[in-house]
Amino acid sequence: MPQIFTASADTRLRTAALLLVAVFVVSLLFTAGFMNSTYLTSVGWVVTQPVPFSHEHHVGGLGLDCRYCHASVEVSAQASLPATHVCMTCHSQIWTGAPVLAPVRASLADNKPLHWQRVARLPDYVYFNHSIHISRGVPCVECHGRVDRMPLLARAKPFTMEFCLDCHRDPGPHLRPRDQVTRMDWSGWHEDPQFARKQLQAFGIQPDKLTNCYICHR
Amino acid sequence: MSDIAPSARDFRTVTDEIVDISLDYPDRRAWWMCFIPALLLLLSFLVSVTVLFWYGVGVWGNNIPMGWALAISNYIFFLGIGHAGTLISALLLLLVQHWRNSLNRFAEAMTLFAVICGALYPLVHLGRPWLFYWMAPYPNTMTVWPQFKSPLTWDFFAVLTYLIVSILFWYIGIVPDLASARDRATRRRYQVFFGLFALGWRGSARHWARWRQSYRLTAAIAVPLVVSVHSEISMLLAAGPIAGWNSTVFPPYFVAGAAFSGFAVVSMIAVVLRHALGLRNLVTSRHLDLLAKLTLLCGMMTAYGYWAETFDTLYGNDPQELETMRDRLVGVYAWSYWGAVFLNFVPLQLLWWHRVRVNPALLFLIGLSCVIGMWMERYMLLVTTLYRDWLVSSWQRYHPSIWDWSLFAGMLGVFFTLFLLFVRFLPVISAFEIKEAMFEEKQERKETGRA
Repeated sequence: MPQIFTASADTRLRTAALLLVAVFVVSLLFTAGFMNSTYLTSVGWVVTQPVPFSHEHHVGGLGLDCRYCHASVEVSAQASLPATHVCMTCHSQIWTGAPVLAPVRASLADNKPLHWQRVARLPDYVYFNHSIHISRGVPCVECHGRVDRMPLLARAKPFTMEFCLDCHRDPGPHLRPRDQVTRMDWSGWHEDPQFARKQLQAFGIQPDKLTNCYICHR
Repeated sequence: MSDIAPSARDFRTVTDEIVDISLDYPDRRAWWMCFIPALLLLLSFLVSVTVLFWYGVGVWGNNIPMGWALAISNYIFFLGIGHAGTLISALLLLLVQHWRNSLNRFAEAMTLFAVICGALYPLVHLGRPWLFYWMAPYPNTMTVWPQFKSPLTWDFFAVLTYLIVSILFWYIGIVPDLASARDRATRRRYQVFFGLFALGWRGSARHWARWRQSYRLTAAIAVPLVVSVHSEISMLLAAGPIAGWNSTVFPPYFVAGAAFSGFAVVSMIAVVLRHALGLRNLVTSRHLDLLAKLTLLCGMMTAYGYWAETFDTLYGNDPQELETMRDRLVGVYAWSYWGAVFLNFVPLQLLWWHRVRVNPALLFLIGLSCVIGMWMERYMLLVTTLYRDWLVSSWQRYHPSIWDWSLFAGMLGVFFTLFLLFVRFLPVISAFEIKEAMFEEKQERKETGRA
């Protein structure tokens, strides 16, 4: 009877099996890396805006408070993006002729809002409320990063469920005094060792309840 | 006691008889007559699943309080019939019962295909089936684990383990026969097909030693799974705070019922295969007799389960449990209870007679009755319990929709298609194990002759 397979068939079968395993492992590793990549989380990816607004200049340089523009952050689920009139409180007086501000002037003249592109976007199956986070003293910088160092705004943190849960499982160390909630640089802040415990107690925050599904998914 | 009829006394004829079926199928017309309906049923599966995935679970008759309906009862049904294959193959291998060698291969194949059908049900009944991998514990950006308190997660582990072990056991067992098929094949296609899957088996002493180790080891892993997997399934009912699902007899009752329905299916397959493939001298009337006895044994154990459950309820005297029992005995779904009791246990009693046990036609009919009865039992267990739960305002009748039934028919199509392909292309009986049994029998006879 003639040979069905050549002498190397065994080796080839083994190589193929090994390759299959290798492809499986590599694709697992690739997927794991991809899921954490900035391509998916958009961390550090600048979003093109109608006007190249610089948070670095306005927050870091001029010292504007976050709430000057994001006015409803303390009372509403949405922090809200500023209306053209808010820009115009200053820019009707300064830089009135700057070419880069032309879209803002056009917006005011035509009575059409600017189409700001949202940077910190959450999926629509997540219920997120800014006001409760602010009133409990979660500083802006905790989720939005050092916007005072961003000439053009980009997402600072991956808004994955992991990111949310990391804080919800252990909120204490992330809390700051309510009256300084918009402060960007906390390097000089010397925490009272009892501060976190006191805050949790004062607000009745129970971390085990903060991780219930319905807290974020309603 | 003779295991194999005299006409197959020769080692060569055994291999010829079995392997030639795959290489040159005897009755192709009959096979196509079965395969085409099976393909049509498979088409029904594809259509039903497409409709289900497109429109969602709403196309089924499920609605609160009947959250679990045909999907779960069929899941239990399919997984249950699978257990008999493992018992025959693995348990009887470890107990050195040589008569199993005529039955184990197709019983294992039956197990494998039944587990595949069973495993498909929990997958397709998910609201978003494409996220099925969420049931697996893997590091993810949500930093959440599967809910280990959820029966769905238990199902995932139980079925996956059982599926992997069933595949391994079946495949390890078939490798030497694939090699005989490869060596006898004359057509290139068959040579390559069997050659690839025989993994270069040459039948050397070292191969056999390794083979024996791995086969027995897998068998030892497989046997406990029969008990654990079906106990898990009874627990997934018991985990619900629902009257009628919390009897302590549930795990053994479920395991016995699973083996019962499985042995009934194996009997039916044995009757059909020996007739269709002319294997009467390999699957003898002694095998039918033993299968019938096993069916009877497991059937009576299941009957004890019914009795114990009723006793539990009456003895416990809990009003909710009593109410559920009343629903079962005289409620609107009483047909499923009495249907199960009648079909499971009345024709079964005929198996006390030897004449009935060795009569293929009667054994087939009794097996069929048991399978339908056990299907009704699972239906009864879910529907009679759920349709009137604690909240009176949510009481509602359950009507399976056309898509429930078409998916069930389609799942039978998945089973039959796979099984028919197996019958057509692979050695349906373990030739080398039969030869081993024959050899040992001869040796024994020689020794007793000398003495």
